[in-house]
Amino acid sequence: MAKTLLDKLWQAHRIASAGGGRDLIHIDRILLHDLSGARALAEVAEKGHSVPHPELVFATPDHGVSTAPGRTAETFPAGALGVAMLREGARRHGIRLFDLGEDGHGIVHVMAPELGLALPGLSIICGDSHTCTQGGLGALAFGVGSSELAHALATQTLRLAKPRAMRVRCDGRFVRGTTAKDVVLAAIGRFGAGSGAGCAIEWAGEAVVALPVEARLTLCNLSIEMGARIGFIAPDETVFAWIAGRDFAPRGAAWDEAVTAWRALRSDEEALFDLDLSLDISTIGPQVTWGTSPEHVIAVDRPIPSPDQAPDATQREAWAAALAYQGLEPGRPLEGIRVDWVFIGSCTNARLSDLREAAAIVAGRTVDPRVTAWVVPGSERVKRAAEAEGLDRIFRDAGFSWREPGCSLCVAANGEAVPPGARCLSTSNRNFIGRQGRGARTHLASPATAAASAIAGRIVDIRKPF
Amino acid sequence: MQRFDRVTGPAAPLLRPNIDTDVIIRAERLVGTPKEAMGRYAFEVWRFRPDGSEDPEFVLNRPPFRGAPILLAGPNFGCGSSREAAVWAIAGLGIRAVIAPSFSDIFAANCLQNGLLPVVLPQEVVRRLACQVEADPDHARITVDLAAQAVVGPDGTAHGFAIDPDRREALLLGLDDIGLTLRQAEEIAAWQEQDRRRRPWVWLGAAAR
Repeated sequence: MAKTLLDKLWQAHRIASAGGGRDLIHIDRILLHDLSGARALAEVAEKGHSVPHPELVFATPDHGVSTAPGRTAETFPAGALGVAMLREGARRHGIRLFDLGEDGHGIVHVMAPELGLALPGLSIICGDSHTCTQGGLGALAFGVGSSELAHALATQTLRLAKPRAMRVRCDGRFVRGTTAKDVVLAAIGRFGAGSGAGCAIEWAGEAVVALPVEARLTLCNLSIEMGARIGFIAPDETVFAWIAGRDFAPRGAAWDEAVTAWRALRSDEEALFDLDLSLDISTIGPQVTWGTSPEHVIAVDRPIPSPDQAPDATQREAWAAALAYQGLEPGRPLEGIRVDWVFIGSCTNARLSDLREAAAIVAGRTVDPRVTAWVVPGSERVKRAAEAEGLDRIFRDAGFSWREPGCSLCVAANGEAVPPGARCLSTSNRNFIGRQGRGARTHLASPATAAASAIAGRIVDIRKPF
Repeated sequence: MQRFDRVTGPAAPLLRPNIDTDVIIRAERLVGTPKEAMGRYAFEVWRFRPDGSEDPEFVLNRPPFRGAPILLAGPNFGCGSSREAAVWAIAGLGIRAVIAPSFSDIFAANCLQNGLLPVVLPQEVVRRLACQVEADPDHARITVDLAAQAVVGPDGTAHGFAIDPDRREALLLGLDDIGLTLRQAEEIAAWQEQDRRRRPWVWLGAAAR
């Protein structure tokens, strides 16, 4: 019978039935960060379990750490405990930790692909919902809570129900100014923030195949904002070339053997999906969110919707509340609205290609004096590579703050926050109430839109001169 | 894990769609707050005003629903971050079951690890239950019966719900998954032995670095 890529990935990790409707699934890589990872290690210790395969576990502190230049784990004192617990747990179990300032450190979903810890066909978990990012390499990667994380540390498995297979086919050609971020935001707007619940999304179609690897990671990163814990793209030669030679990627004969196996990781032609959706890329312009859910998104030049247009009464109420929180009136476009902050960073959009895209717009210009603008590179390697090609100079000369790697203003768990009432154009993934700080108003967009908006001091349609 | 058998009491209606785990528990509370203290900060952006005083309008502050053991929620409840503290925060308010048309996958999995029961019922049913509760907030009671796999509304109508039989058993007995899986340790080891030959590149160790 024809199989989907999900069928193949699931089968490759299924050890046995776990009773009920669940399977016992092998976990090939466990990634730990300073919030959930530290908690899970503590839980393993409390329950007296061991970690049988520390060689498959990797740790890095990213959430509760300051990104101020020259930071240490203690710069944000409240986060120091999590980092200390992560370091201590890693040392006790012989887990490799990539610490602050070290080569390899970074936001977990940026550093894992970068180091070759994430590979096609691997099952990868982290106590972090954006683990689905790594599905961009063709991995079965997903977020879990700290109890499931502890379970995996103690057993190298999880007891899971197989999700339903959803395919989102993206066809057509990218129009100028549209990026992978815009496409996935548009998909969430079209299908809804809960449309992928219970599913693994396979992103497919000619527009996806044409994407470079870093853009694929961005696309898969927002699968969770569509409700899907898992999102992936069938790995191809583009991915293999990108992975070759990375620190933990196989070498020599093992590499050849791996690539042969990875080439089979694609849905069969005749495979049937539980849900099969499609999206015409050629109709999608730059997207910006207006509300407090990623599904509250429109093209930057379209009018902000009125609650009267909402599909039902509860949505009407939710839209009205979102507009009130955001301080917006329906009817006018987002384009032109003043911004106070701009954040270029996060596991969504802080890889080298994102910074290049933003720097190309910023070069030779200056940030509007009323705007506070930050660039937080996704990892130590991204930071060093960007500095080697002078991107830091471009950003700093323009008036951006050039910072140390970490999650920073995406989740505001490290003492860094957008002030109450301030409006932030952000390349991150969530515009939830208070996500970037109490009372902060977030608009999600691509790095290009964010960079241009920092210069203009207002939300910009990058297809037009500004 | 706390056992779940049957719970009867007031049910607080909070039907807004897509309530995310950042609203349930703020990220800054994840740093340094013990599990048991998370309830204090549950839904804090809605329970408290900016000056720190309680907002009497918010449903969980209204007398009939304060301390209610059941929450009636909207679709895609618990979306967003995987933080398990969202479950600890809700449980910390004394809530034992959440009834919604759909849940985020990670949130639902986290609930089941902590004895908080996520019950999926059709949207119309959840709305009807909320209407009945709002019609007589001081007296309306809902029962969530896991053994019977049914929710009994204030009007006495029973609504059956589905749950994985294995999960149901674990909740009824308060069993922890790790213990169950460790019983399959030999099976896991045998599978891993084969996998080392099948997919050698997965197995980092002496050979790598």
